[in-house]
Order: sequence, then structure tokens, then C-alpha cells
Amino acid sequence: MSANLYEKIGGEAAVNAAVDVFYRRVLGDDRISDFFDDVDMERQAAKQKAFLTMAFGGPVHYTGADMRKGHAHLVARGLNDSHFDAVVENLVASLQELNVPAELIAEVGAVCESTRNDVLGK
Amino acid sequence: MSQLHFNDITYQCAEHETVLDALTRQGVSIPSSCRNGVCQTCMMQSVDANVPSAAQNGLKPTLQAQNYFLACVCHPTEDMTVSLPDNTDRLLSATVTAVRQLNDEIKCVGLDCPSLESYHAGQFINLYQDSECARSYSLASVPTDGYLRLHVRRLPDGRVSNWIHDELKIGDSVQISIPVGSCFYLPDVPQQPLLLIGTGSGLAPLIGIARDALNQQHTGDIYLYHGSHDVAGLYLVDELREMAEHYSNFHYLPCVSGDDVTEQYQAGRAVDVALTAHPDLTGWRVFLCGNPNMVKTARKKAYLAKAAMNDIYADAFLVAGAK
Repeated sequence: MSANLYEKIGGEAAVNAAVDVFYRRVLGDDRISDFFDDVDMERQAAKQKAFLTMAFGGPVHYTGADMRKGHAHLVARGLNDSHFDAVVENLVASLQELNVPAELIAEVGAVCESTRNDVLGK
Repeated sequence: MSQLHFNDITYQCAEHETVLDALTRQGVSIPSSCRNGVCQTCMMQSVDANVPSAAQNGLKPTLQAQNYFLACVCHPTEDMTVSLPDNTDRLLSATVTAVRQLNDEIKCVGLDCPSLESYHAGQFINLYQDSECARSYSLASVPTDGYLRLHVRRLPDGRVSNWIHDELKIGDSVQISIPVGSCFYLPDVPQQPLLLIGTGSGLAPLIGIARDALNQQHTGDIYLYHGSHDVAGLYLVDELREMAEHYSNFHYLPCVSGDDVTEQYQAGRAVDVALTAHPDLTGWRVFLCGNPNMVKTARKKAYLAKAAMNDIYADAFLVAGAK
């Protein structure tokens, strides 16, 4: 399913188109911008690109352990379900802005949802 | 099968193996994360330029120009000599040729460094006080100047900056690293508008970048905003005003955020003045240098004003912790 999703959504070109729209939204969202407001913004943007590639079912495969380790410092700062929901909300809005079909957005949402427990260290 | 030279040791890279795989298999620790050429954690630099272009996909143009690549997607086509980014191990000897006061707290230091082959205006060097202690200073000169120029601000407890201000004199010999950094001009889009914002001695690399762009026939507008709290903190004002008179596409806007601002200056912080004048940065290239908080704020604002991430070049002047 996920290999198909990546092709249907437009592959690397879609990631490149979505990353700026998504990251600008996240930085402009007071609920979550602090978690993304890195000193090294470039590194942070590259991470968002890796995240979108994964969420689009593309060739980036983080394990559950990777996700736990990568977000542990944010969980320690209070990252919780409401923040996770806000990120997904921004991603969905970004994809809507880019006219991605609703059924593909739903698939992206499902990929994100599958990472929730690992991201939040549950 | 090709060979990888890293830190003076040779490693074998098997057929179908990436540089990252080959080095980690043989016990070398290279930071990595996505392993698919996206997150840029495993970025390395090739000394001999044998970089397959697929391994540079997504990197900033100035990084590509310096043969940076992503180790996780780099399949060598021939032998490579590689290092981690911004390797400043190589030292050069330089002689102090000029020392000049620019304002109350900033001195200009000229250095002659005959063994330096090339650099980009806007890069920085490490200047060594002795074999242990070095600080980073940006280059205000351009390669055609024939000598290096630094703007050194005296910090209250700055070990190296106080030594430079109080003791360094013409004729002294010093050790410097080779110039590194990726905040510089490339002549790939000559008509692109450029926005340069700096505070304090962050003016140094911006002068280099502006002069370099003009030397390379940049045709787009170049806006330089230099910010200070008070008028006394600005410097090279007359020289830059002359430069703006000489080049019709170069615009110099000194900004004063404190109370002593007069009509010769823009009132407000440089970032705010610049972003108010240029609210939509679609298609612009942006250079930000100086105080780390200013750089961080400006980068975010420039990005939200729709400058592309790969068009934002920044150099935050971090202050070394007391030793």
C-alpha cells in the first residue's frame, strides 16, 4: 500500500513542494512552533523533509526505536497528544492547500497515526 | 571496489556499498539518521572532488560547490578522499599587515597569507592565539584583494579579542585555519535580488559578499542593512555610502534601534526595517550575519516571508565560553 501511496502522491517532487508549505505552517502555529524552532533551522527543515517522505510512504524507514529516541527530548519538554494532533492537522491542511486528493490525505494520516505511540514515548 | 581515504587511513568500499556503509562497517563513527539522502545528518566533504552528483541532491548550491555530499547515498565511482564538514585541521601561516580601529570596539586586521590558494568572500577562519586557543572570524575581504581582512569586536572577557586589540601588531606572525563555511555568493542567478542583514561585526562577511557579487557582475538589486543600537556602533558608513553611489544596484541602509537615531539612518532594528521594506521575499537570496538571536529571528522571518530555505544563508557569531 505505502509504495503505491508515494507514487500516487507524486514522489520526491511532492515532498519538495509540501515541505515549505508544511514547515511554514508549523512555525506559524503557536501551539507547536516552540518544538520546531531549532537554532539550526536548516537541519530542522531537512528533518521535516525526512518526516514527509516517511508519511508519504516513501523510501525513508524509521523504526519505532528511532522515533522514540528521536523525540525523547521533546517528550521531556512536554510533547503530548494535543501537539501530535496539531502537527497532523497542519500536515492535512498543507496537503489540502496543494490539492492532494482526500483519499491520499487519509492514507498519509494513517501513516502518521501509526507512529503516535513511539513519538510520544507511550 | 574503490578506496576511501579518511583521516589518513584507507578503507575499502565494496561494490554497491555507500560511503556511510563502508566507513561504519569498518568501525568509523559518522553521524547518520534517515540513510536515504534526505535528512542531511551524514553530510561529508570530498577533498578531491570525485563526487557522484546523485549524492549532492537537495544540498545548498554553496555546499555542492565545496564538494559536500551525503555519505548515505554516495556510491563512489573512483577513489575518494573524504572528511567531516568544516574540517579546519589544516593550518596556514599569516603575517599581520594592517591594524586599524573601525569604531570604539571593532578593529580591522589585515593578514597576508601567501600559501592560501583560494577562498570565498564571506567564509571564516579560525585565528590562533597559541596552539590551544582559537576563535572564528569572518573574512571581510574578497579573493582579488590579495590579503585577508577581519573585523574583530572586543568582547568584555574575550581572551582572543582582547589579545588582538591590545597586543597584535603589524609584522606579527599568526596561525590561521583554511577558510570554511557556506555563507557566500555564487554567480548562478545574476539577476536575483539579494538581501543582506547584519549586526555589529556581522558587517564583515556581508561587505565581502556584496563586493564579491558586484565583482562578478551581479545585476539584481543588493540591499545591505547594517544594524546597531546606537550610531557609534555603526562603522564604514562613509565607505559604504560611496559604494552605493558608485553601483546603482547596491543599496546601503544603516539602521539604529536606539534613541540617538537621526534622519541619516533608518529607525529600528535592521531585521524589522528590512522585512517591512521587503515583505515578500519570493525569489530572493538572503544573507544573515552577526548576533545569534538576530540571525535566528531573521532566518525565521525571512522563511515565513517566503524565501526558500536553500536561498537563506546564515552565519551566527557564537561567543566562545570563558576558558
